[in-house]
Amino acid sequence: MQSIPSEVHPVGARDRKQDMNVGDAERFVSVLAGAAVALAGLRRGKGAGLAAAAAGAALVHRGVTGHCNVYGAAGIDTSDKGRIEQAVAMLPANRALHVERVFTVRRSPEDLYGFWRKLENLPRFMQHLERVEVLDERRSRWVARGPAGTDIEWDAEILEDAPNQRITWRSLEGADVANDGTVRFEPAAGGRGTEVRVSLSYSPPAGKLGATVARLFGENPEQQIRDDLRRFKSLMEAGEIPTTEGQPSGRK
Amino acid sequence: MRALVWHGTHDVRVDNVPDPEILNPRDAILRITSTAICGSDLHLYDNYIPTLQKGDILGHEFMGEVVETGPEVKNLRVGDRVAVPFTISCGSCFFCTSDLWSLCDNGNPNAEMAEAMWGFSSAGMFGYSHLTGGYAGGQAEYVRVPYADVGPIKIPEGLSDDQVLFLTDVFPTGFMAAENCSIQPGDTIAVWGCGPVGQFAIRSAFMLGAHRVIALDRFPERLRMAREGGAEALDYTEVGNTLDVVERLRDMTGGRGPDACIDAVGMEAHGVGLEGWYDKVKQVTQMQTERPIALRQAIQACRKGGVVSIPGVYGGVADKIPLGAMMNKGLTLRMGQTHMQRYLQPLLGHVEEGRIDPSFVITHRMRLDDAPEGYRIFRDKQDECIKVVLKP
Ligand SMILES: NC(=O)c1ccc[n+]([C@@H]2O[C@H](COP(=O)([O-])OP(=O)(O)OC[C@H]3O[C@@H](n4cnc5c(N)ncnc54)[C@H](O)[C@@H]3O)[C@@H](O)[C@H]2O)c1
Ligand SMILES: [Zn+2]
Ligand SMILES: [Zn+2]
Repeated sequence: MQSIPSEVHPVGARDRKQDMNVGDAERFVSVLAGAAVALAGLRRGKGAGLAAAAAGAALVHRGVTGHCNVYGAAGIDTSDKGRIEQAVAMLPANRALHVERVFTVRRSPEDLYGFWRKLENLPRFMQHLERVEVLDERRSRWVARGPAGTDIEWDAEILEDAPNQRITWRSLEGADVANDGTVRFEPAAGGRGTEVRVSLSYSPPAGKLGATVARLFGENPEQQIRDDLRRFKSLMEAGEIPTTEGQPSGRK
Repeated sequence: MRALVWHGTHDVRVDNVPDPEILNPRDAILRITSTAICGSDLHLYDNYIPTLQKGDILGHEFMGEVVETGPEVKNLRVGDRVAVPFTISCGSCFFCTSDLWSLCDNGNPNAEMAEAMWGFSSAGMFGYSHLTGGYAGGQAEYVRVPYADVGPIKIPEGLSDDQVLFLTDVFPTGFMAAENCSIQPGDTIAVWGCGPVGQFAIRSAFMLGAHRVIALDRFPERLRMAREGGAEALDYTEVGNTLDVVERLRDMTGGRGPDACIDAVGMEAHGVGLEGWYDKVKQVTQMQTERPIALRQAIQACRKGGVVSIPGVYGGVADKIPLGAMMNKGLTLRMGQTHMQRYLQPLLGHVEEGRIDPSFVITHRMRLDDAPEGYRIFRDKQDECIKVVLKP
C-alpha cells in the first residue's frame, strides 16, 4: 500500500457538474429513448420526421453529457442540484435534509477508521472543507469554503466513537447550519475490504442565509458525498486521487 | 511541446501545447520515442465517442524514456526505456488485484460520467475522451503517466521500438481476444476484421493452439497479411450479406460453425446491402451509437455452445442484436478493454524469445508532424495502410 501523500490535488469534477441540468435517471432513459424517437422520425420521412430524428440525436447527447440545451434555454433544471435547491426553498425552517452513500474500500476497517478519526484528514477528500481543527477529545472546528470566497465556520462534537466501527458527530449550538453525520465501517464479505457508509443530515435555516448555506451544502448533496467518498476510496487504496487538473491541452 | 490535438470530426492538428508536469506522487513524465495510431483513434477521429473535447491530445499507444518521476515512483529511474499500457490502473483496488486491470476503480477522474453511461466506470485511458478520464494522450513529444509504478514495463536492451511498441495495446488486445476463446485442440476460430487487432488475434490464436483460423475483411492487403499469419482469408464483400457469410462459414467448418468467433471490428463496421444501410442511417442520426454488423454475424455464425469474443470497441447502445441466437445456442460472450498489465510481461517474453515479431504489422512510418496525414490514410485505408508509427 502506498503512503498517503501530504498534498492531493482535488478532482475537477465540480465545474462539469454546473453544466448538468438533466437528472440521472432521466439521462439514462434519454440515451435509450433517443434512438427510438429518432427511428420513429425517420420512418415518417421528410419534414416532421427529420425533426423527430434530430430530437432523438439531441436526447442521446443530453443522456451522455447531462446537459440539455432546450432545458438550459427554458431555465428548467431536473438534475439533483435543481431538485435539491427547489426542495430547500420549500423547506420550513429546521427541517432536516438527509443523504446517505456507501462505497467499498479495499482496506481494513482499522485503517479506514484510523484515517477518518484524525479529523484533520477530512479536507483531503471532502472537497468543500477548507480545514478541520481539533479542539479537544470531542470538539472540533470546521471551516468550509463558502460561495464567493467567504468561509463558513462551525464547531462540532463527536457524539459516539466506536473504534474501527463508527463515528457520529453533530454541530454545536450556534452553527449557521445545524448538521450531524455518521460514518460506519463494516467488513465486506469475502475479504472485499470495508463498506464505508456515510449519512449526513443538516437543517438549513430559512431566509437569505439559508439560500447561501443551501448552495454550499445543498448543491447536490448526494453527488457531493459520492464524490467525497470516491476520493476517500482512491486516497486509501491508491494513495492519491486521480486527476487531470493541470495537464496540457490544445485549448486556449 | 508538439502534440496531436483533436479539433473536430476529421480535424486533427499538430499544435504547440504546454509540457506535461507531475501532478500526483505516482506520476512519471516520458519523452516519447515512438507512438502509433490505433483503430480506436479512428472512432475518435470520426467523432463516434461522446465527450471528446476540442483541444484534447490523442494517442494511447506510446513508449519512450523516463525524464522525471514523482516521489512515490521507486521502480523507475530517469533514462529508463519503457512501454506504457493504454489503461490507467492503480494496482491496488479489488479489480487490479484480481488481474482485471481495465476495470480499475481508481483510474478515471470522471467516473461519475462513465457511471451515467454504463452503471460503473472502467479504468482511465490515455487520450480517449472524457468518459474514460480525459487524460492527455501520447501522440506528443512528452506525456504524463499516472500510476507509473505499476503501468510501464521496462524494455530490455536489444529490442527495437518497433518490436515492442505494440505491447502498449494491439498485441495484448489480440492476445486477450484469442485467450477469451478458450481454444481447444481442433478448434477453428473465425476473426472479423484484419486490422492490427485482428492480425494479432490471428497469430495469438495459433500460439494458443488453434487448428484453423478464418479471417474476414475486404481489403486485399489486410487479407494478404492475414494469410501470411496462417489464416484462411475471406473477402466478405464477395460472399454477400450476413446470411451468406454465416452459410459460408458453416460450409467451411464441416457444417458445425466456428468454435469461437472474434469481433475485431467494433462500432464502425462496414455493412453490405440493406443491413449496412440500416445501421449507417441509425448511427448517423444517433439512434444507435454502434454499427454492430460484425458482431451480429459472429453471433449468428458461432457454433452451439461456442464463444464470441469481442475486442472491437463499443461505447453506447446497439440495435438488432440476435439475443435469441445467443440464448438458444448457449453462447458465451467475453469482452472488455484489455487487462493490459496481465499480458505485458508474458508477451514481452514471447517477443524476446523470438516467437513473434510484432513489427510485421507496420506499413507506414511518419514524423509526428505528419500525423494528420497518417490519420487520413489509415482511416481511408489508402496506400495499403495497416499501421502507422509516428516519431516525435
Ligand atoms: N478492447 C480493447 O482494449 C481494444 C484495444 C485496441 C483496439 N480495439 C478495437 O478493436 C477494433 C479494431 O482495431 P484495429 O486497430 O484493428 O482497427 P482497424 O480500423 O485497422 O481495423 C478494422 C478492420 O475491420 C474491417 N471491417 C469493417 N467492417 C467489417 C465487417 N463487416 N466484417 C469484417 N471486417 C470488417 C475493416 O476493413 C478493417 O480492416 C476497433 O474497434 C478498436 O477500437 C479494442
Ligand atoms: Zn488502441
Ligand atoms: Zn485499480
